[in-house]
Amino acid sequence: MAKLTPPLNKNDQVQGPPDGIITLVEYGDYQCPHCGAAFPIVKQIQKAFVKNLRFAFRHFPLSNVHEYAFPAAIAAEAAGRQRKFWEMHDMIFERQSLLNEYALLEFATEVGLKIPAFKIDVQDPKLSEKVEADFESGIRSGVNGTPSFFINGDKHNGPFDYATLASAIEERMRLAHVAR
Amino acid sequence: MLNKNEVAPDFELFATPDQKLSLHELRGKNVILVFYPADWSPVCGDQITLYNEMLKYFKKYNAELVGISVDSKWCHTAFTRDRNLHFSLLADFHPKGEVAKKYGVYNEKEGQCERALFVINAEGNITWSYLSPVAVNPGADGIIEALEDIKQPQLVK
Repeated sequence: MAKLTPPLNKNDQVQGPPDGIITLVEYGDYQCPHCGAAFPIVKQIQKAFVKNLRFAFRHFPLSNVHEYAFPAAIAAEAAGRQRKFWEMHDMIFERQSLLNEYALLEFATEVGLKIPAFKIDVQDPKLSEKVEADFESGIRSGVNGTPSFFINGDKHNGPFDYATLASAIEERMRLAHVAR
Repeated sequence: MLNKNEVAPDFELFATPDQKLSLHELRGKNVILVFYPADWSPVCGDQITLYNEMLKYFKKYNAELVGISVDSKWCHTAFTRDRNLHFSLLADFHPKGEVAKKYGVYNEKEGQCERALFVINAEGNITWSYLSPVAVNPGADGIIEALEDIKQPQLVK
């Protein structure tokens, strides 16, 4: 079974309680319509499991078919440097259909980023290295399309509708309680 | 299906409407041979689209990726253009499925290749093979592990 490689670490963008017994990791592409469809479902999951769930997003841009996916990932990471990764992440998915070469700067403005710093950061090779490292970790983890989800390190192979994801998470919570 | 340590059967198939590619031309490189059922499956979960994004990671292992299906060279040309593919798709079209049969991955009932992966080393020997359920995109974690084993054979148990 495909395993999250490497496990969650300090380079990850993470939301939720640090001691949450469930860790949900998504490999996603900001321009992928399936990831766009998964976005509100993940929000719903985070709400339902708010006390127990950490959520991390790793970038898996399919650049040959989605030309704005990589720049969007960079923009989110640049926002992260101003501690607004998740605000940018949310805005990109909410307005996915508007993505183009100008949109990211507009989103950055609307999110309230300091634009001069943002413009410098998006050019920083360290951010593209981060996005590429996410992608490479996805290959090693057995990502076979976007979105791909991992629950406590194991690949979730079913569909990603709310009911399926929620019951997979509940099952892992049962296992975690039994193990304690 | 052919397995580890077997010699990879040579072949020569159309890679473009007027050019053929043979396995022996790739000698000296590692080769990832990807048999797949058909062009034109949906984008986001598609194995070929996925591998196309991974080429530069495969190159780190001196590996060349080649796709094979029974689609014709013209079909492959259109698919390649549509998906912006940067590797060769070979047409196992005439006689249909001949190469897939040599590798033991032809599905006679469906008349198409199985979803199967082979990693072949620079000497032309198979070092890893994997048959995936036809509806499951196997990703590339197994390919990367196989390439790592070739790179550092002393670590292989």
